[in-house]
Amino acid sequence: MTLLEVKDLRKYYAIRRGLLQRRVGEVRAVDGVSFQIARGETLSLVGESGCGKTTVSRCIMRALDATSGEIRFAPGDAPPVDLVTLPRSRLRSVRRHMQMIFQDPHASLNPRMTVGDIIAEPLLVNNVGTAADRRDRVLQLLELVKLPRAAYSRFPHAFSGGQRQRVGIARALALDPKLIVADEPVSALDVSVQAQIVNLLLELQDRLGLSYLFVAHDLSVVKHMSDRVAVMYVGRIVEVAPTRRLFSKPRHPYTEALLSAVPKPDPRLRSERIVLQGEVADPADPPPGCAFHPRCPYAVDRCRVEVPELIETGDGHMARCHRVQELTLSGVG
Amino acid sequence: MSGALLSVQDLVVHFHQDEGILRALEGVSFEVHRGRTLGLVGESGCGKSVTARSILRIVDRPGRIVSGRINLDGRRGEPPIDLTALPANSRRMRAIRGGRIGLVFQEPMTSLSVNYTVGNQIAEVVREHQGLSRAAAHARAIELLRDVGIPRPERRVDEYPFQLSGGLRQRVMIAVALAGDPDILIADEPTTALDVTTQAQILNLMRRLQREKNLALILITHDMGVIAEMADEVAVMYLGRIVERGPVDQIFHAPRHPYTRLLLRSIPSVLAEPRTPLATISGSVPHPYQRPSGCPFHPRCPDHIPATCEAAMPAETATADGGCVRCYAAEHT
Repeated sequence: MTLLEVKDLRKYYAIRRGLLQRRVGEVRAVDGVSFQIARGETLSLVGESGCGKTTVSRCIMRALDATSGEIRFAPGDAPPVDLVTLPRSRLRSVRRHMQMIFQDPHASLNPRMTVGDIIAEPLLVNNVGTAADRRDRVLQLLELVKLPRAAYSRFPHAFSGGQRQRVGIARALALDPKLIVADEPVSALDVSVQAQIVNLLLELQDRLGLSYLFVAHDLSVVKHMSDRVAVMYVGRIVEVAPTRRLFSKPRHPYTEALLSAVPKPDPRLRSERIVLQGEVADPADPPPGCAFHPRCPYAVDRCRVEVPELIETGDGHMARCHRVQELTLSGVG
Repeated sequence: MSGALLSVQDLVVHFHQDEGILRALEGVSFEVHRGRTLGLVGESGCGKSVTARSILRIVDRPGRIVSGRINLDGRRGEPPIDLTALPANSRRMRAIRGGRIGLVFQEPMTSLSVNYTVGNQIAEVVREHQGLSRAAAHARAIELLRDVGIPRPERRVDEYPFQLSGGLRQRVMIAVALAGDPDILIADEPTTALDVTTQAQILNLMRRLQREKNLALILITHDMGVIAEMADEVAVMYLGRIVERGPVDQIFHAPRHPYTRLLLRSIPSVLAEPRTPLATISGSVPHPYQRPSGCPFHPRCPDHIPATCEAAMPAETATADGGCVRCYAAEHT
């Protein structure tokens, strides 16, 4: 069952110049993104900086207003609401079903509040229960994220990065949400701690039936976390597929290059990598045709003029490439 | 092994602070050879960056080299120099810093000056270390920019760092590091801030430059994938000590220290099955002020031998392949 459906989402920023601030162009940060997330599913949005993955997540959280498109969210049995057009007055009642986990556990916790108060805050804001109820709920949440009860009355600075990330997770779970949007939740953590948080997120999903939208640049973590993966390049999804398929049989040349570029933790696998030339295109001035064509080793004339559509190749695998049917690309694992 | 270009012996670095003594390095030894790459790997607080800064004698106050030697091989048959014996601001040390040993940092935006053009910053190093004229240094700067793969170096040379992308800035940083024509390049997390396709470009660049110039490379990173791709020899650090050192293949395929073994198992990999939990190391890296007694890894170690491991730090035991390990449990196996 679909929990979240994003349809043709666009977020444009005007470029203004001169004394009169005339609009001289626009940056298409997100340019027609569509995907769905089922209940209990993890979809990862991956891509390099500036690809628009964080903008998508911020539009879903309504931290940004989308330029156009639909974000249909169905947390209960009622018909889905469109978060793009939902009036702000109704936002709070919907938003309790979607919560966010941030990258930096140091910056996202108020240093002047105790851990108990931090986790209880969403309950307080939404007028949930009595003070005693809230205390019980917080203790239950501490146990859920495997923090000691004693953490309740302590301040964030007394905790390590990994423990602080657990506090952030407990706070996100306080209102029993259906969807967790996690933006790079483990990239600031040490390797050994990162593993603990990845495992915790997997376990919480199984226990609570959560859906995750996981925004990340690290394909290794993404492989461990996801049911499906969507790869973004310059504001568009270029490929989406179930995780194993995307990694082992990529259908878009950009995905192939990304996978090839990831350092493999085995010195016996050193090999010639596909090293892309040049840099990610400027979303304010994207190349004509397929935005990836200037860097694509397989580009032909058609790629330089015509924007490719997302083409379904079977089993939920889609790629935005004119040559999707003729190319055989290599993956990993 | 003889013929080392740089040999660090039993280096101890302490930070005397109001709260007490922070023992950043507690006896670190390794050698670096021409044309070879030593990977220094470990989690935050292990001392890998302090090691680099000690070699260059740029340890921040109140850090201080307490004991140990850093022997740099003399050029043209001169006797080796012990860098710990040179005043940090002496003429000789300044000539070595940038002249014999180049440094590449993680974040080029903070280590390049915003007020000078790229060309001026490279030319300054060229003039200081090679005594070239202004015009010759400018020409050399263009040549170095071309060397590090910057397109249209004649134009880029007059640009400022903020006008460049992250990948190009890191290339400029490498050009600055090479401007003094060093024998040794120390790269401290050189690709951590970069996207994966840019990372692949920079790693390729460093490999090519190393080959062309027969550089000794000290590569500092927390990323086991980067180590596996780049290093000939690996030193794994934990709380101020090298716990295991050896050829890269041995470290990845037959690790001896429990920490190395667990660290390798806990890293997410693109080769893994989707949605599989990671192996974890219990707890987290202790704060350096709360260093556990004996082997500092013992509270987290699955092979912990009661009464032995907490009593005293195990000595460095040489291994057959020229490496070493510090572990009581490893000696018995």
